[in-house]
Amino acid sequence: MSRTDSLVDADWVVAHIDDPKVVLVEVDEDTAAYEINHIRNAVRIDWQSDLQDPVRRDFVSQQQFEALLSAKGISNDDTVIIYGGNNNWFASYAFWYFKLYGHQDVRLLDGGRKKWELDARDLVAEVPTRTATTYKASAQDTSIRAFRDDVLRAIGTQNLVDVRSPDEYAGRLLAPAHLPQEQSQRAGHIPTAASVPWSKAANDDGTFKSDDELKALYEGAGVDLGKDTIAYCRIGERSAHTWFVLHELLGVSNVTNYDGSWTEYGALVGVPVQLGDIAGTPEGGAA
Amino acid sequence: MCGAVAGGLSIEGLDMSKETVIQGQVSRDGQPVGGAYVRLLDGTGEFTAEVPTSATGHFRFFAAPGSWTLRTLAPGAQVDRQVVAHLGQVAEVEVAISA
Repeated sequence: MSRTDSLVDADWVVAHIDDPKVVLVEVDEDTAAYEINHIRNAVRIDWQSDLQDPVRRDFVSQQQFEALLSAKGISNDDTVIIYGGNNNWFASYAFWYFKLYGHQDVRLLDGGRKKWELDARDLVAEVPTRTATTYKASAQDTSIRAFRDDVLRAIGTQNLVDVRSPDEYAGRLLAPAHLPQEQSQRAGHIPTAASVPWSKAANDDGTFKSDDELKALYEGAGVDLGKDTIAYCRIGERSAHTWFVLHELLGVSNVTNYDGSWTEYGALVGVPVQLGDIAGTPEGGAA
Repeated sequence: MCGAVAGGLSIEGLDMSKETVIQGQVSRDGQPVGGAYVRLLDGTGEFTAEVPTSATGHFRFFAAPGSWTLRTLAPGAQVDRQVVAHLGQVAEVEVAISA
């Protein structure tokens, strides 16, 4: 993987906006943003209603993903360009999700919706019509998805990268600061996890930093990329951003995203938790 | 925007005993600016959160007590404002952008 395989800029999008084999997909935390306006010819995927099982906490099945992409008019050989708000948090999550189900050519629009807006580029309200397809998904590629037992095994042995804000890492906040703080689970982080906030990988306008800056970021935080790496955040969307940086931009192969993240780990009974700004020992504890 | 209400967002429905709120409004030449981006940076300058402003230019963060920087981005403009937040209180910040 490299930057050119996984990332496009706005000029690329403008040049390919009418190419029927290129599908623009908007994925936002604010799922209503698309209804107001979006990049011309973009379809919407709702990270919650389209990508989460409606009953249990898990992703939609392979068959449901096939039905979703078929209905959206996406073919297996289409180039899918995903973009969204929040510095591409949920767009990165969707990118990882498309890879999980084996889509070959998926890329992110660098900077997402924010840079597009800050550059005063055109947005439209018209919803495009795409002919339904017969999409075939692969079984989940769990080599890029971590579960709680993988995380417990990694404490003190492999890389755990906590990409939340420093205050969430230390346990001073339970959620990003634009959300109410009323969650009931424990605060803190997984013992031995390094704190590398996702935001350090992005510029103010939401674009990704250069490969050299990104390498220096993780090396400076003491993350040995020769080891397996599990990235996590609160619900797995910001850590998908970091997974994208490590796996797609820097080409590190053994990286997984723990989508259960802190809302699962912080609610588990009997697991170690570390408070404060230090990575801590495997046993965890107060700061 | 016509009908925009001056002053802060209502805190009705919030349990203010647990919240530390930073909120405000972004304006340009006295008119509210919707769709601007407000970034909340902590005391070390590290990014903590970001929201787009509403159609009436309003934004709100649920923060922790302490010193924060609000960085507002809009096409052709960037403004930083400092704010100190306290538990149980609403810190109101008016952000005026030019150009």
